[in-house]
Amino acid sequence: MASKFTRSNSTGWLMAGPAAVLMGLFIVLPFLFAIGLSFTNQRLISPNPTQFVGLSNYSQLLGVGLLTLEPERNEAGDVVRAEDGAVSYPALRGYTRNNPDYPQLDGMREWFSFSLGESRTYVLARDVVFAKAVVNTIIFVLVVAPVQGGLALVLALLINQKLRGINVFRAIYFMPVVVSIVVVSLLWRFIYDGQSGLLNNLLSALTFGAFPRIDWLGNPSTALGAIIAMSIWQAVGFHMVIWLSGLQTISPSLYEAAAIEGASKWQTFRYVTWPGLRNTAVLVLIVITMQAFALFAQIDVMTSGGPLDSTQTIVFQAVERGYGKQDISGGSTISVILFVFVLAISLLQRWLTREKK
Amino acid sequence: MASVSLKNVRKNYGAADIIKGVDIDIADGEFCVFVGPSGCGKSTLLRMIAGLEDISGGTLSIGDRVVNDLPPKDRSIAMVFQSYAIFPHMTVRENLAFGLTIANAPKVEKDAKVAEAARILQMEHLLERRPSQLSGGQRQRVAIGRAIVRKPGVFLFDEPLSNLDAALRVDMRMELAKLHNDLGATMVYVTHDQVEAMTLADKIVVLNAGIVQQVGSPLELYHCPVNKFVAGFIGSPKMNFFDLMVESGDDAGLRISGPALQEFSLPLTGAAERLVGKKLTMGVRPHDLYLSGDGPLKGTVILVEHLGNETLVSLSLTNGQAVIVALDGDTECRVGQTLKVGFPANKVHLFEENGNRVAV
Ligand SMILES: Nc1ncnc2c1ncn2[C@@H]1O[C@H](COP(=O)(O)OP(=O)(O)O)[C@@H](O)[C@H]1O
Ligand SMILES: [Mg+2]
Repeated sequence: MASKFTRSNSTGWLMAGPAAVLMGLFIVLPFLFAIGLSFTNQRLISPNPTQFVGLSNYSQLLGVGLLTLEPERNEAGDVVRAEDGAVSYPALRGYTRNNPDYPQLDGMREWFSFSLGESRTYVLARDVVFAKAVVNTIIFVLVVAPVQGGLALVLALLINQKLRGINVFRAIYFMPVVVSIVVVSLLWRFIYDGQSGLLNNLLSALTFGAFPRIDWLGNPSTALGAIIAMSIWQAVGFHMVIWLSGLQTISPSLYEAAAIEGASKWQTFRYVTWPGLRNTAVLVLIVITMQAFALFAQIDVMTSGGPLDSTQTIVFQAVERGYGKQDISGGSTISVILFVFVLAISLLQRWLTREKK
Repeated sequence: MASVSLKNVRKNYGAADIIKGVDIDIADGEFCVFVGPSGCGKSTLLRMIAGLEDISGGTLSIGDRVVNDLPPKDRSIAMVFQSYAIFPHMTVRENLAFGLTIANAPKVEKDAKVAEAARILQMEHLLERRPSQLSGGQRQRVAIGRAIVRKPGVFLFDEPLSNLDAALRVDMRMELAKLHNDLGATMVYVTHDQVEAMTLADKIVVLNAGIVQQVGSPLELYHCPVNKFVAGFIGSPKMNFFDLMVESGDDAGLRISGPALQEFSLPLTGAAERLVGKKLTMGVRPHDLYLSGDGPLKGTVILVEHLGNETLVSLSLTNGQAVIVALDGDTECRVGQTLKVGFPANKVHLFEENGNRVAV
């Protein structure tokens, strides 16, 4: 029997078949479609025929430009100042609207700006919302990957002990993973509520009312942070379990050898545990990164990208364009960009964490 | 250098008693082997000496200190594990220097001690390799090297050769004996293999079911086992046992009969009175049996194993019991042939029904 299984490929294909077909049908095929659509002007529902538009979808999304402006001066060459001392600059739209000297800036809008000496530098983007979405997503990934991974490792280390009732803790930490992210997001909307949310009540009770009530999701400076915190909490249990499985592959006799040599707790972690978790670490890091790049449900349920685009994300934009605005080619382009992005980062991570020979 | 002394040492996991009161004294510089069947508690006992298991009762001293409650690193011990337990991501050099690294020892000291251990074990050429690039024997050498670098009072070995192939095991065995000679350190060595015990030990401790059966030198155990368990465990091939009856006895000796043998007499005096009418077990080692026309044992050959230096013949006696006889290497012998076998009276071991040796 065994030899038949190993010799014949057909059995293997048959077993992998159902999953492979479904994945092909619902993941690979749509993705190939998306690549195709990203080069057209296809809309979700439209009477007009589809046209090939080359890379214009990409340049529309990714186009950015720099413009440095000198302050306005009077005839004498002095800087013109308003009564409060503020310097004024020429209007941006003079450069970005039909200015034959600046064709590359045509149609762009201000993303953000900063001053260097007297002059002011404007960073322009053809699609400011998408630019913000990219930045928000990157911030989300940069915070969530290390914090969630690290927290999950700490929990796994704490829970990897032979104690009575330790399984209860495992179950508790894992529970948020089992609950649908949509449900979790709804619940956390109540927790973050600006008036009588649990978080506000808790903080004001702890500080005897000194802490001002904050509309966590309604305030551009706290909304992304609130979503980050909730997302970390929700999936930390999942990664804890992955770390746990990694911890259990480390031979107990290595710990005993370290104990005999007199290693402290920290030294044991540094010399035995952490090196033994190397492959697990790569896995956890890549999985978290990919999940974080796909941030969508929390945004959709909790903020819809607001307030003031402070929680826009790449996937939310893809869905918003493709289905909200029926611009399916724009949405597809975003998906392709995201794919390339995630692929590049995963390869980079693998290369950085490779085993050095 | 240190002696080790166990006084009424016990270990239980919940209700399960694993070590049931063990007294052992190991002298400074002695090579002591714990031997016994799998699951008898050898490893547990060794790990209690190491400090990897806590001690449920009794006292354990190393040198002249009671170490019951000391952590492993303060017991002046080093341990070599069956699974080697060398750190897979470190080079051999880093593995050897591990204890010094975590103690923040200066590089000069590290290099010197590593070099010395590498010289003793002749593995200077392996220092920059990783464990994955080593053979099983080389890995075990690294584990032993790490122990040497610690300069412990007592070396502890838990079945260090079990994962090696037979030829390598013999080589490493000789190296361990040499190492013991060179270092002169106290060594406690656990094995289930009585050949390893016999070849390496100054002192053997035979354990069974958490109880010390006998402590003694290899030859004491071989020639004078205190009970049937030790008699059967030490020696290869195993000792043959026969049930028998003492029919009568006088100053000339005992008349003995049994289901598998002809009546014969043993010139045992002194104990005669006491033994008459008793059921006993007689043990005779295969190497003490010889072909003899009028020997009390008669059986049919069922298996012949030619080993070159000797021939092992399995006989089936008249009552179906199997007996192993070790004969000369060039003995001609066929399956199905009937042989008669005898033994010298002074090579007979007698055991009472409770398994203890008959005192004479
Ligand atoms: N942590 C434990 N809990 C319960 N029983 C154990 C534990 N460790 C070992 N034992 C039992 O103790 C006995 C002796 O084990 P061990 O010392 O490993 O035997 P060996 O002589 O083969 O080295 C075995 O029967 C084993 O099942
Ligand atoms: Mg064992």
